[in-house]
Amino acid sequence: MGKQHRIEVMVGTFMVLGFLALFFLAMRVSNLSLDTDADGYRLSARFANVGSLKVRSPVTMAGVRIGRVEEVRFDKATYEAVVIVRIDAGIDTIPEDTFANVFTSGLLGEQYLGLEPGGSQDYLRDGDEIANTQSALVLEQMIGQFLFKKAGESG
Amino acid sequence: MRFESLARLGRVGLGALERLGRGHLLLVGIVLGVGEILRRPGLLWAQIFNIGVLSLLIVGVSGLFVGMVLGLQGYYVLAQFGAEQSLGVMVATSLVRELGPVVTALLVAGRAGSALTAEIGLMKATEQLSGLEMMAVDPIRRILTPRFFGGVLAMPLLAAIFSAVGVIGGYFVGVGLLGVDDGAFWSQMQSKVDFEEDVVNGMIKSLVFGVVVTWIALFQGYDSVPTAEGVSRATTRSVVHAALVVLGVDFVLTALMFGD
Repeated sequence: MGKQHRIEVMVGTFMVLGFLALFFLAMRVSNLSLDTDADGYRLSARFANVGSLKVRSPVTMAGVRIGRVEEVRFDKATYEAVVIVRIDAGIDTIPEDTFANVFTSGLLGEQYLGLEPGGSQDYLRDGDEIANTQSALVLEQMIGQFLFKKAGESG
Repeated sequence: MRFESLARLGRVGLGALERLGRGHLLLVGIVLGVGEILRRPGLLWAQIFNIGVLSLLIVGVSGLFVGMVLGLQGYYVLAQFGAEQSLGVMVATSLVRELGPVVTALLVAGRAGSALTAEIGLMKATEQLSGLEMMAVDPIRRILTPRFFGGVLAMPLLAAIFSAVGVIGGYFVGVGLLGVDDGAFWSQMQSKVDFEEDVVNGMIKSLVFGVVVTWIALFQGYDSVPTAEGVSRATTRSVVHAALVVLGVDFVLTALMFGD
């Protein structure tokens, strides 16, 4: 009995260690802890160009993440990109005239959706659309415009 | 004899197919014996102890060193792009996705798989398996089934421990030794490593490796020639085959999971 009991205790310890390691991987290494807020509400926004904005890209306001992109799809009627974002439940005072921009973090970083609050007293609610949007900056277009302008000046 | 060389090739092929068939029949027999471990859970605990607890030290120490080496090498490469901050992402992703499951499986194949093969082979050589059968005890259910499920259950836990210890090792080297920013190390890791995509897929991998490694070890033991030489050969084959199959299956699983 003594030996069997010792084996059971050791196996129990081993399993606890294993699950602790898994817990560590889930909470500390991966982003499970950040994604527990499946509640919250959804907003949509239309862009002429979303650049490389992807599902799960962060949505920030004042540089703080307040939600994530849930869906990016193409609207074949208007030739626009429709972005559905999920805003965290606690953030329920986003003004109606908020501006949505597709920004890039750093020169080579990934793209995210930055929200700039407007001054309206009416707040966006679940299912509403952000009307003011600005598309992603496409580097090639900017270089093209720059060259065009330069050519115009010299000529 | 005409076509002698062709006939030899045919014999080799038939032999391999036959072994493959015997192996699968054995696996079916083992899995069907699952009732035995529900009736006698003590058998399963003893095997998790043999395979899991006794492999803890080698898995932990290897994980620590692999994580530390990843920290050093990753820093060297990332520093060239000025992206040392991403060291945590690199260490964690490579451990959780690949190195954790694969290296753990190779270590377990060497540490526990070889022991299983030798044990079963020796039981066969000394007619203990036949003895059990004489007493109307099914040796597959009584001996092989608990070992199989012990290995299958222990493997993902060992892989999780390997990855966790490795991340901590990478943290020591990256943050402690090379001066990567503490906050960036963890926050970049958390924002880039996905639980389902990375951690869960890694665990699925190591579960499959657990099946592969213990199955091969048990089959090689059960199918060994019951002599001293036969058991020694079976033990070698067990480790070699397990390592090759783990690496091959890893490629297939990686292509399926992360291919697109």
